Amino acid sequence: MSSELKGWKQIAPAGVCSKSSSSFLTGDWKTYTPIRDLEKCTRCLTCVIFCPDGAIRWIPEKKDIEFDMNFCKGCGICANECPTKAIKMKLE
Amino acid sequence: MLSKVDQKMMALAGDQAVAYAAKQSDVDVVAAYPITPQTIIVEKFSEYVANGEVETEFVCTESEHSAMTASLAASVTGARAFTATASAGLALMHEMLFVTSGCRAPVVMAIANRALSAPLNIHGDHSDSMAQRDSGWIQMYAENSQEAYDSIIQAFKIGENTNVLLPVMVGLDGFTLSHTLENVLTFSDEFVHEFIGTRKIPDVLTHEAKKSPFKLDPKNPMTMGPIALQNYYFEFKRQQEEAMKNAIEIIKDVNNKFADLSGRKYGNGLVEDYKLDDAEIAAICLGSTAGTMKTVIDELRATGTKAGLLRIRTFRPFPSEDIISALKNVKAVAVMDKSMSFGGNGGPAYHEVRHVLYDLPSKPFVVNYIYGLGGRDTSPVQLKTIYIDLQQILKTQTVKEPIKYLGLRQ
Repeated sequence: MSSELKGWKQIAPAGVCSKSSSSFLTGDWKTYTPIRDLEKCTRCLTCVIFCPDGAIRWIPEKKDIEFDMNFCKGCGICANECPTKAIKMKLE
Repeated sequence: MLSKVDQKMMALAGDQAVAYAAKQSDVDVVAAYPITPQTIIVEKFSEYVANGEVETEFVCTESEHSAMTASLAASVTGARAFTATASAGLALMHEMLFVTSGCRAPVVMAIANRALSAPLNIHGDHSDSMAQRDSGWIQMYAENSQEAYDSIIQAFKIGENTNVLLPVMVGLDGFTLSHTLENVLTFSDEFVHEFIGTRKIPDVLTHEAKKSPFKLDPKNPMTMGPIALQNYYFEFKRQQEEAMKNAIEIIKDVNNKFADLSGRKYGNGLVEDYKLDDAEIAAICLGSTAGTMKTVIDELRATGTKAGLLRIRTFRPFPSEDIISALKNVKAVAVMDKSMSFGGNGGPAYHEVRHVLYDLPSKPFVVNYIYGLGGRDTSPVQLKTIYIDLQQILKTQTVKEPIKYLGLRQ
């Protein structure tokens, strides 16, 4: 394995990789999954603002929000902030 | 004066000189938070912005941590970024200083050197920047406002060199330089633009072996400083050490080019010696103390004492070779530290100087003087006692007290 690793003279500075961080999926880190009650949700977008990973988006065509499970780390901030308690965190 | 370019004399305090140099350096982004004694730099620069004298994007951040983060973020897009801070502000930046050097972002930052709390003190010493000496930043210390002005201009040229790509901090002693009006020779904007040049972005081979310009660009996505664990982190740190080594030659080169054009030279860019050629005893210091020390040496020389001075202008990268060659014939050396390394057996400059002298076949006596903490004034009379002590050491061939506190009440 170690023979495949490059030496310090062979690598670019600062560990650069030619992908943006959005191509590095982090959704499988989570232990809890947000489950939304569509009846209770008022689409106030509080969760969109609070999500630290930008994993909740407003989709104008659907007039609804969408969770991006590729990036949701299951922190539960959305559930905590939801004014109507429409989001519950479920253990995976 | 050897000056080859027209220069205009201006009356500037050190902070104003720094702000003026940053203005002329065609900086794209300044992100800063004011703190005494750096405040004038930020005030003056925001005035330039308000008057439309610069096209710089000025970001008033909510803290120094954010100021450094914003400066780093601007720099990694290929912009020229500048900021300034002091004391607690620099301490609050600590985390981001390492991210900035690790991302190889050539941010230039002025430090109006000031003591750290507690007890609260706003005056000048080197505790703030010395505490950041392992953060991967190039560190330069100015002797006067002229040098502060000149060093900011040089700092962009040094840090942005593609063999270096490191952030640079330029220290100017709080109040002693930051708030003291001096005659400063200034260049035209055109000259400074031409001297520094536009920032060149090198191409790098990314982790996926794709050749890309080393900058963040939404059209050409790249991630800088992502996670590198046991298998790669170490290699990136070794690269930073190499960049520091490369900086030694670049600092000398920039100092020479600058001297040819301006008529001003700061030693070889790394160290500056004063009457050291035939000196038997010598002091080593950083910053504005050197100015007073030169007067003291002139007085001592008038009475036949072979005294000299070595001023460390660049503390990182540490000019080991230059110090060895400058001190090889000196018999006793006093290293002066305007900061403490508690429990460390002397101050930071003492540690490093004594360390490099270990390889000399005939080692001089080396003693340490901690002085001027919290802006405590150090008079020429006090400085003279250092040389008297050194003479006594030579006479008795013994060091009674290797670490002394100059100007401290018992």
